[in-house]
Amino acid sequence: MTTPTAVALEDAKVAFRLGDGRVYTAVEKAHLAVAQGEFVAIVGPTGCGKSTLLNVAAGLLKPAAGGVRIFDRPLAGLNREAGYLFQADALFPWKTALDNVAIGLEIKGTPRTEALPQAQKWLTSVGLGAFAGRYPHMLSGGQRKRVALAQVLIRDPKILLMDEPFGPLDAQTRQVMGNLLLDLWNADRKAVLFVTHDLEEAIALADRVVIMSAGPSSRIIGDWRVSLPRPRDIFEVRLDKEFHALHREIWSVLKDEVMKGYVQSTHAVEAV
Amino acid sequence: MSRPTLFALQVLVAVVCIVLWQVLSTVPVFGKILLPPFFFSNPFDVFSQIVKWFASGVIWKHLGITLAESILAFVIGSAGGVLIGFWFARQPLVAAVFDPYVKMVNALPRVVLAPIFALWLGLGIWSKVALGVTLVFFIVFFNVYQGVKEVSRTVLDNGRMLGMSERQLMQHVYWPSALSWMFSSLHTSVGFAVVGAVVGEYLGSAAGLGYLIQQAEGVFDVAGVFAGMFVLSAFVILIDFGVTLVERRLLVWRPTASDGRG
Repeated sequence: MTTPTAVALEDAKVAFRLGDGRVYTAVEKAHLAVAQGEFVAIVGPTGCGKSTLLNVAAGLLKPAAGGVRIFDRPLAGLNREAGYLFQADALFPWKTALDNVAIGLEIKGTPRTEALPQAQKWLTSVGLGAFAGRYPHMLSGGQRKRVALAQVLIRDPKILLMDEPFGPLDAQTRQVMGNLLLDLWNADRKAVLFVTHDLEEAIALADRVVIMSAGPSSRIIGDWRVSLPRPRDIFEVRLDKEFHALHREIWSVLKDEVMKGYVQSTHAVEAV
Repeated sequence: MSRPTLFALQVLVAVVCIVLWQVLSTVPVFGKILLPPFFFSNPFDVFSQIVKWFASGVIWKHLGITLAESILAFVIGSAGGVLIGFWFARQPLVAAVFDPYVKMVNALPRVVLAPIFALWLGLGIWSKVALGVTLVFFIVFFNVYQGVKEVSRTVLDNGRMLGMSERQLMQHVYWPSALSWMFSSLHTSVGFAVVGAVVGEYLGSAAGLGYLIQQAEGVFDVAGVFAGMFVLSAFVILIDFGVTLVERRLLVWRPTASDGRG
C-alpha cells in the first residue's frame, strides 16, 4: 500500500506582473510531492520564492501555470485541509491568547462553551496554560508563536504549512520551538511543508530537505532524504556524524545559490 | 517625581494665577489697576457667581441640556461615521466617487453651518446636535475608514486560512480593527461633540452653557462669562476623565492604551 500524497505541486509556476507591465517569474516549474505524514523542509537563499511556493500550496496565490493537488484533488480556492503558520505575527491582537486559540473551533460552529476548554488544553500543551488571559502584546515573540501553533493545531488540519515560523526568534528559542514542534508532530504525523533559510534547522526537523535555486525563476535543484532516527532532539541531533555529512553535502550545493542570491539582491535593479 | 509632589505643583500654578488675578484687579500698581474689573472681573466675583448658580440650582438645567446635546451628537455622529466609513472602505468605487465631496464638506468650517441648522431645525437642541454631528462624523469616519483599510495583510490571511467566511472576517477582523481606530480618537470626537453643542448654543438658543455665556456677555457681565467658562472647563475635564475610563476598558489589548492626549 502506498501512502497518499498530501500536497503535490505539479510544475507550478508563479509569476507577478510588475508595476511597469513586465512579468517577473518568481518560481519556474516547481515539482514537489509531500506524502501523508511526511515532514518536508524547503531551503533556499533569500528571495528565491520559497514563501511564494507555500502560498501556492495554501491557495492564497494562484499559480500562473501548472497545478496543485491536495490529496489527489485539484486545489480550487483556499486549501481547507491546511493550517498555515505565518512568519509575521498573525494573531488577532484584540483577542486574548485563549480566544485566539478558541476562534479556530468557533469558526467551524463549535459552541464557545466547548471551544474554550479545548483551547485551554491546547495552550497547556504548548506550555502556555498560565497565559490564557494575556493579549498578544503582553507575550514574548516565542510565546506568540506558541499561541499561533495552538491556534492552527486545534483545528486538526491534515497538512501544516509553515513559513519560516521561527525566523524572528532568537537562536535558543528557535531550538526550543523546534523541539516543541517535533513533539506535537510526533503525536499524529501530519504532512508538513516547512520553509526556512536555515539549513541546520531543516535537517534537524525534516524527513526530506528540498533546495531551491536563487531567484528570479528559481527551481528546485535538490532533494535529500534525512534518515536520522526519530524521535529526535534538536540539540543532540546536531552532534550526529550523519547530520554533519549531510549538512556538508547539501551546503556544497546551497552555497553557490546563496552567493548568487546575495549578488542579485544587492543588484536587484539590473537583475530583473 | 512622586504623585503628591506633582499634584502640589499643579495646585500651586492655579493658586499663583488666581492670587495674581485677584491682586492685579483690586490693588493699584503705581496708581493704576492693571486688570480693570470691567474687563477682567475678579476671582471672588466669578467664584460667587458659580456658587450662586449651583446654590439656586439654575445651572443644572443648562448643564443637562449641553450634556444631552453632546451625547446625542456623539452617538449619531459616531454611528454615521462607522457605517459610512465601513461602507466606503469595503467599496473602493463608492469611496472614489464621493472622495472630492467628502473632502469639500470636511474642509468647510463647521461654524458657518450653524445658521442653516438653526433655520432648518429651530432654536431647540436639534440644531446644536446637528452641528456636533458634522464635527464628530468626519473624525470617526476617517478613523474607521483607515482602520478597515489598514488591517494587517497577515492577520487577514490568517483569518482566511483558519476558515473564516466573509461575514466572519467582518466580525472578527475588520470590525475590531475599525473600532480600535475609532476608540483611539474618542477624546477628540467627544471633545468636538461638546464644541458643537456649545458653539451652537452660543449662536442662538434658549438654554445650555453656551447660552449662559452668551447672555452674560450681552449685558457686559464679565464675571458671568468667566464663571461660564470655568464651569464649561470643569464639565469637559469630567467628560474627558470618563472617556479615559471607557478607553482603558475597551483598549486593554493595545500596547499603549494611555497615549491618546495624555
